[in-house]
Amino acid sequence: MDQPVYSEAGSAKGFSLLPAPPAHLPLVEGSKSSHGLASLFSFWRRGSFKRGVHPAPHKGTLDQPIKRMPFPRKLILPLAQHIGKPSVPLVAVGEEVARGQLIARCDGTLSAPIHAPADGVIEAITPRPNTRGAWTDAIVLRVYEASTQEVRCNIPQDIDEMDQAQLITAIQQIGMVGLGGAAFPSHAKLNVPADKQVHTLIVNGCECEPYLTCDYKLMREWPKELMAGIRIALRASGASRAIIGVEDNKLDAMEAIRPHLPQDGSITLQSVATKYPQGAEKMLIKSLLGLNVPSGGLPSQLGLVVHNVGTLALLGRLLPLGQGLIERVVTLAGPGIKRPGDYWIPFGTTLRSILEWAGDPDCKEREVILGGPMMGQAASTLDIPVSKGTSGILVFDKRMLEPITKQSWACIHCSECVNACPMGLNPSQLGMLSAKLEFDEMAEHYHLGDCFECGCCSYVCPSHIPLVQQFRAAKAFLRERKPL
Amino acid sequence: MSMQLRASPHLHSGRDVPTIMRHVVYALLPICAFSVWQYGLSSLALIVTVTLSCLAAERISNKLSGTVNTLSDWSATITGVLLALTLPPAFPLWMGAVAGFAAVWLGKSLFGGLGHNPFNPALVGRAFVQAAFPTAITTWAPAFTAHRFTEFIPSSLTLPLMQPNDISSWVASNMVDGFTGATPLARWKFEHFVYPVQDMITGAASASTGETSALLLMVCGLYLIARKFMDWRIPVAVVGSALILALAFRVFGGDEYPPAHLVLLSGGLMLGALFMATDMATSPVSPRAVWAYGAIIGTVTIMIRYFGGLTEGVMYAILFGNALAPLLDKYLQPNVFGARKK
Repeated sequence: MDQPVYSEAGSAKGFSLLPAPPAHLPLVEGSKSSHGLASLFSFWRRGSFKRGVHPAPHKGTLDQPIKRMPFPRKLILPLAQHIGKPSVPLVAVGEEVARGQLIARCDGTLSAPIHAPADGVIEAITPRPNTRGAWTDAIVLRVYEASTQEVRCNIPQDIDEMDQAQLITAIQQIGMVGLGGAAFPSHAKLNVPADKQVHTLIVNGCECEPYLTCDYKLMREWPKELMAGIRIALRASGASRAIIGVEDNKLDAMEAIRPHLPQDGSITLQSVATKYPQGAEKMLIKSLLGLNVPSGGLPSQLGLVVHNVGTLALLGRLLPLGQGLIERVVTLAGPGIKRPGDYWIPFGTTLRSILEWAGDPDCKEREVILGGPMMGQAASTLDIPVSKGTSGILVFDKRMLEPITKQSWACIHCSECVNACPMGLNPSQLGMLSAKLEFDEMAEHYHLGDCFECGCCSYVCPSHIPLVQQFRAAKAFLRERKPL
Repeated sequence: MSMQLRASPHLHSGRDVPTIMRHVVYALLPICAFSVWQYGLSSLALIVTVTLSCLAAERISNKLSGTVNTLSDWSATITGVLLALTLPPAFPLWMGAVAGFAAVWLGKSLFGGLGHNPFNPALVGRAFVQAAFPTAITTWAPAFTAHRFTEFIPSSLTLPLMQPNDISSWVASNMVDGFTGATPLARWKFEHFVYPVQDMITGAASASTGETSALLLMVCGLYLIARKFMDWRIPVAVVGSALILALAFRVFGGDEYPPAHLVLLSGGLMLGALFMATDMATSPVSPRAVWAYGAIIGTVTIMIRYFGGLTEGVMYAILFGNALAPLLDKYLQPNVFGARKK
């Protein structure tokens, strides 16, 4: 039984149809369901997935356009800003570099190069805190005070002339990685193995994390670039159609995209329910196509590849210009931020320099979060730089931290976590097992491996039990004991 | 300047255990008020006594086990109020206090407190006094007596450790017409008498303190369901399965079996289905297990009422369901997204 079997929407028959669909395949596959009765009600589930939570959106930065802030004096560029092998520096200490210049090359296929985000001089190549707070090798760049925001180190290229392999190489050369948070090298995701086939590109426009608005703004301000990026990704992956999934609370983003959709229907726009974690790959696929990515499997098994709107918008902008990825849109928000908004921030800008400019100096006890509040990490030091995977910087003050620090109770079996878990796990049971350190039992009988740490269980738990936090620890323990 | 370090998620829904429990208490208050209006002082004194004894028991066990003060989580309050509502209005107060201590100590503290108890504490308390004081717990008093707000039902004030005196002379002196001292279920069981529906809704039928108005119970339950403090599937499954079985027996078994409305409106079915079976700590968590749990409670209730020696079966049915809950959870785990079918 190597063939994946889907629990609900796609039957085994449905799977055999999938690799080569017609261009205008009806989008909801629920009609092929093996459950007769379930298919009758599939329209209910259209555009949504089961369970999940509805945190308050807090998207107060929505109305403003994307802005810029002044260059910091120093940039810290970790060599490992992406998943895969760290880049190899090409510059020496004391060397002058120009904005956009290649300063570290990729090492192998699963790696990405780094370009200089500003004009300046290399001050050191030395261990510095990376985004996770660990000290790893980084290039320290002292920025020239008169450094211009213009990029001069690029050679425009004609991407229409390139074939699939050349496109993949070109995407790698501009240092493109997934900007949704995981920072997985984009070219590796688009490079479909010869024995597999991808028919549909899913474009993830569901910024389901509260506070974050960077993807929303890119959709609104850069729809043309987004379309160009989607076309590039379609060609590079060999997919025949693309579906842009946008949460139904982002109406003006959808309005901005709609006029740019091609007439032939190869790129379509679909709204999906506003719900956390709609932006998770598996949830979005479920919402758009009614398909369940098999447990432990990847979307590519269903002939799908998922890319974030932010990644594709930047891809569409940078690839024709032959420009490296040197900055990204970052949402600054939260009660401890004085100038909230979305900013183009060059990689390597430290939290310290950002907060000096945008932070509230009166905020004494604070938590600085990299990414969204549901899955983002708290920064241990302000020397951490913005890197390719940083989508937001949130500063929470004491008031926001109180509800979590208050007392906790024993599990009262209220089943809120079970009714919130998008993966259909039993966090209550998992929590009790992890308290007893029964990690193997968790993995073997309670599907610990399917947990993608969205945090819904901890969010709803009225007993304030740190459920997902314990699962993370359990997974780390199992990973360490059984190296893959 | 200090940096806080926390693992994600950094947000919380803001709901906590005391909030849930407090709202359950709120939902029980109208039921208490209705019973005080019906039975007067005796009912008020019973509710207060039982609740205070539960709180005292909880505090004492806190002290003995050296844990923090758990009165603030409101769960002992729920146990007390619910327990009082399942006792007959003429129940001697000292026996109510015994029930309260039994409920909290045997039903909860012994297992480690809130969340660790396998059985609903209020029902454990009631089961204890049902075994200990079989006469007192089946002595029913009439509602709406003339002097109910100025005098107690005589049996309420029985001295501690004494058995209550017979209240029939007091009932006679109050000249309540047609009062038989039997519940609708008992009258069906022994006389095949069908109680009028309005009596079972307005509280005129003999019953425990809090189970006299099925309608009021439903309204209070709906409040909790609407505020998402209660799993609606449990009452639906309990009442639904009881209704289906009652209809089936009536249709196929004939007049030997009671009509369906009598089954639904009488006794503790509504109180049990809405406020006892839904006790979070003692009900399953996985959706399929919840449906099975509710259906088992409804079915066992009917079986006890129709074929058992007792007239009422909700209490034992729920305790039976509580005992099965962990097993149901184990075998009816939630459907995992994208999992292979076994």
